[in-house]
Amino acid sequence: MSGSIATVLLAMLAGSLRVSTPFLFVSLGECLTEKSGRINLGNEGVLVLGAMVAYATSYETGSPWAGVAAAALAGLLLGGLHGEVCSLAKVNDVAMGIAIMLAGTGIAFFFGKPYVQPSATLLPGIPFGFWSASPQVRNALLVCPLFLVGIAAAIGLHWCFNATRAGLRIRIVGDSQDAALALGLPIDRTRFIATACGSALAGIGGAFLSLYYPGSWNEGLSSGQGLMAVALVVFSRWNPINCIYASLLFGAAGALGPSLQTVGITWGYYLFYAAPYVVTLVVLIITARGGRSLRGMPGQLSIGR
Amino acid sequence: MSTTTLAPAVSNPPARVADVWYPLRRSAEAVLVPLAALAGAVGLFSVFLLALGQSPLDFLDLVWRGAFGSWFSVQNTVQRASPLLLTALCVAIPGQLGLVIIGGEAAIVLGGLAATVAALPLIHTAPVIVWAAMAIAGSAMGAFWIGLSGWLRAKLNVNEVIASLVLSYIGLALFNHFVEGVLRDPASLNKPSTYGIGDQNMLDTVPWLDVHPGMPAGIAACIVCWVLIYRTGFGFASRVTGGNIRAAQLQGLPVTKLILTACAIGGGCAGLAGAIEVAAEYGRANASLNAGYGYTGILIAFLARFNPLAVMPMAILLGGLGAAGGLLQRRMGLPDATIQVLQGLIFVSILASDTLYGRFRWFQPRGTA
Repeated sequence: MSGSIATVLLAMLAGSLRVSTPFLFVSLGECLTEKSGRINLGNEGVLVLGAMVAYATSYETGSPWAGVAAAALAGLLLGGLHGEVCSLAKVNDVAMGIAIMLAGTGIAFFFGKPYVQPSATLLPGIPFGFWSASPQVRNALLVCPLFLVGIAAAIGLHWCFNATRAGLRIRIVGDSQDAALALGLPIDRTRFIATACGSALAGIGGAFLSLYYPGSWNEGLSSGQGLMAVALVVFSRWNPINCIYASLLFGAAGALGPSLQTVGITWGYYLFYAAPYVVTLVVLIITARGGRSLRGMPGQLSIGR
Repeated sequence: MSTTTLAPAVSNPPARVADVWYPLRRSAEAVLVPLAALAGAVGLFSVFLLALGQSPLDFLDLVWRGAFGSWFSVQNTVQRASPLLLTALCVAIPGQLGLVIIGGEAAIVLGGLAATVAALPLIHTAPVIVWAAMAIAGSAMGAFWIGLSGWLRAKLNVNEVIASLVLSYIGLALFNHFVEGVLRDPASLNKPSTYGIGDQNMLDTVPWLDVHPGMPAGIAACIVCWVLIYRTGFGFASRVTGGNIRAAQLQGLPVTKLILTACAIGGGCAGLAGAIEVAAEYGRANASLNAGYGYTGILIAFLARFNPLAVMPMAILLGGLGAAGGLLQRRMGLPDATIQVLQGLIFVSILASDTLYGRFRWFQPRGTA
């Protein structure tokens, strides 16, 4: 019995390391956008578009890293569209995000049709488990380089928010429009750049989906990670470092169903599949209990007003 | 004429003349701006097609023929538009209170499942009893599921966009758990389904017109909801809340109750759509229910600016686009996601057009000093 619990826990750790990367990138991107006072639900569409563009580019050029770069560029463009349209007066950024989500997935499915069959060059994993004889441990510790890039990005973003002039400006624009106006900061341009760069990060998350795990392109690739990222950012209290822990937690929840399957528990497979969503909901309820003034929440965010 | 006195006439302020045409111009603005946005989206989409070497005129011609060209295609359009009428209401009614509910997909599949479960013990009684049980169970389930999002919003201050979407994934997981588990008919091998409700209990098409039976139900629901929103105290209170929630609270309006009611009504509509789809199309609950009607309903509600009467033409439009998808695939070799690209463009352009309201002097009130 303890052996099977160890197997489940190991499988969940492995799954957590594997599944958390897209959560990490999208939540970092969302965190950056929300710090500037705007919400982007369109990152779900960016994720799917990034996955398609990365896979297609890797297939055409043979280089997965070119795919990652192309995914970031695609995210930059789609996020730029969101940022530009949202800076028009009276445009609702929440609804616009849903529209970008629909448009992004539509474009991805449209151009992605020919790439469902062929197999592209995938990203290599880094074998951190070389010291172990156990194949499960080796498998669990085979880490995608993008995961490390994501952690570096989280640390970089944290440093940027707390120690640089650009980070301070983003926070001012996000916290108080009046203060930003008084200081003469370019509000719309700051938000535009934050939205576009945030979506570029989300695009890299999509590249992970198609180029590492599950490592193929099809229309059912994303299971809502782009939207769950919004809840993840709330959970992380708009702190990039916390985004790492939150992503690992969500990854572990997502790995629960498949891990139980490895030890022969198949009952309720679909219910365990819903585990990350239940975690999201619980997290939302816990974090929302404090009322309107969530600690760390950018003051100009439309979901808080 | 040579004197150019710029001093305003202080003694005689202009009389307040009622601008009798203003309500009409305001309605014209509400119609013309979305139409301009639609035209803009079609224009952008034409550029997209031209860039791919396809003719936009062929495309429009095929959409017309696939959606409304023959009686068969009209039936096809109506069949798709019927559930869309109800799922759009699922977004439009809570939308009146300023809520964005995007979980209609779960309400439709769970509504269909609940309707099937309610029908199964009754299949040997009269069809009328079965239909009544299905309608009640379906709408109750949908009302409960969307009401849950409303409850989270009103009581626990959880953002309803994320809550409804997450609940939608949870609802789909529950649906799969039941359809592939306890409720599964062992005879359904390739496509896991529940037991059937029996051929004698299937809803027939509308007499004389021979169209999908959900059409009259959807139209009736739209009209009832319009009356509810624009002609009752509940509707007025809802619109006040949607305009400014703090003002509504200050006035002592029961905001929590309003949110719960609006979400329950919207969810009930979507659940009813699921029940009708089961009774009219599939005869059992299976993955066919999960056809994206909930998501298209969001687009329709925004296109209609949450007005239940405007939902009707928009549902026909989007239903027609969906019905033309197959023809486009066969004749022009375009992938089935083409319609999704067009829908996305329409959605982006309709939301961007919100910025146009109030920009044109012509639509503004005149004569009132």
